[in-house]
Amino acid sequence: MSAIVSVEKLSKRYEGIHALREVDLAIEEGEILALLGPNGAGKTTLISCICGIASITSGKVLVGGHDNVTDYRAARAQIGLVPQEINLEPFERVMNTVRFSRGLFGKGRDDAYLERILRQLSLWDKRDAQVRELSGGMKRRVLIAKALAHEPKVLFLDEPTAGVDVGLRKEMWETVAELKRHGVTIILTTHYIEEAEAMADRIGIISDGEIRLVRDKAALMRELGRKLFVIELMEPAERVPEGLEDYDLTLSRDGSELTYTYDTTGDGTGITRLLNALAERGLRARDVRTEQSSLEDIFVDLVGEDAA
Amino acid sequence: MNLYAILAIYRFEMARTFRTLLQSIISPVISTSLYFVVFGAAIGSRIDEVEGVSYGAFIVPGLIMLSVITQSISNASFGIYFPKFIGSIYEHLSAPASFLEITAGYVLAAATKSLAIGLIILITAFFFVDITLQHPVWMLVFLVLTCLSFSLFGFIIGIWAQNFEQLQLVPLLLVQPLIFLGGAFYSASMLPPLWQTVSLFNPVVYLVSGFRWSFYGLADVPIGWSLLAILAFTLICMAIVGWIFRTGWRLRD
Repeated sequence: MSAIVSVEKLSKRYEGIHALREVDLAIEEGEILALLGPNGAGKTTLISCICGIASITSGKVLVGGHDNVTDYRAARAQIGLVPQEINLEPFERVMNTVRFSRGLFGKGRDDAYLERILRQLSLWDKRDAQVRELSGGMKRRVLIAKALAHEPKVLFLDEPTAGVDVGLRKEMWETVAELKRHGVTIILTTHYIEEAEAMADRIGIISDGEIRLVRDKAALMRELGRKLFVIELMEPAERVPEGLEDYDLTLSRDGSELTYTYDTTGDGTGITRLLNALAERGLRARDVRTEQSSLEDIFVDLVGEDAA
Repeated sequence: MNLYAILAIYRFEMARTFRTLLQSIISPVISTSLYFVVFGAAIGSRIDEVEGVSYGAFIVPGLIMLSVITQSISNASFGIYFPKFIGSIYEHLSAPASFLEITAGYVLAAATKSLAIGLIILITAFFFVDITLQHPVWMLVFLVLTCLSFSLFGFIIGIWAQNFEQLQLVPLLLVQPLIFLGGAFYSASMLPPLWQTVSLFNPVVYLVSGFRWSFYGLADVPIGWSLLAILAFTLICMAIVGWIFRTGWRLRD
């Protein structure tokens, strides 16, 4: 198996809450996996369980083949974690705090490597600055530098752009892409679909403590790229008109609305052809509108699909 | 064994000490010097010798213990409480380091700092009063064991505390009274018989007594008991720390 992190039937319960339910997840070496889910879905809990911050109720986690409970040293040595909150000692200097992280994770001093990391994250000029003097974006990069200080194979980014403005968000995306080019496997959580789209190779959707699906980004975006074209008919129809089977059409219960689902990422939408075909069959439109699924709709969709 | 982790925590904590040199080292030394002036010179001049030792010199071991115990507790409790407070504890919990290594890093750093303070106060005391050191090696043994055990105790308080008030609660309500009633400023023989018996239940009495013995050969309780008391206290603290990390109490949800 080429999975660098594999999560098997992982459950987490605390204070009566089922935060994770039998989660199975395999993360491939070198990929960027985005975990997409609403607030409270269990994204951070999942990461905490993998990284050893939260205890596991049942199931297991293997990192590079090492169990993260029984062989936690080997497992954790391969993981770098960038938490959601900016948890830094304000009076510490950048280089010192990064050096501390490297040592804590069991690596001897290597300032040349740390210099490379700090340069890569545009922090080298700030190496002697106190953390409190840095801007929010820089502090977040300090957290990344700390997470990378011990040369981990896997990097977890928990909501790297939460509460970050648009400019910084783009900057963070570039940083992540750069890390991937250096061969780091990255798992990030987000509730912004654009973010998953911009960065990920694969997207996992998590809600209510369960992984609903993990899919290749391209495939998922096609699915998410579906749009609805709703035609309000002058006179209600009894059934979907004959000869239009090629179109993905559904008729509302009272027959007054015909909904055409199409793919915005395709070459043509087929709307003109559909309208012509309807006109040929004597169906006239009173009004038309288009609808695009919101993230919430997609969740509801996926959960429904999963349960079916 | 992740020695780098111990070293990293130790260095990090010592860097904090040097960054805050004024609060860390100088202020305890100044406050102890004030004790010398008030108790040693002002009050001490009206007190005769205590068992052949001038009062000013008699209180030196107790004063050192007072500083070393309070400093060990506050250093170690703050050291581990602060990462908890600002959230950077996530790093310790996700590191390939065992509880032993994390505890060792914080406790050794806190103990180093309080040992340094204790020695500085001792040196300062030489300028104020005549001090004899009958058993210098035992003096160091007691000093080091006190630094280590109370740093462990402070570490436990730091993990237990959920806010800054709680961080101060145990030192103020429990430790401070025990030290003041622990014979730092008087000999147990000066107390009425009833209170002499009561004071035997105060663990600090054993520490101060043993430590003073290493200076002047004077002890309120047999020296073996003092040694036993400090070793027992160290072991109890170690057991509690071990339990904390095994269960993740106040650290992992």
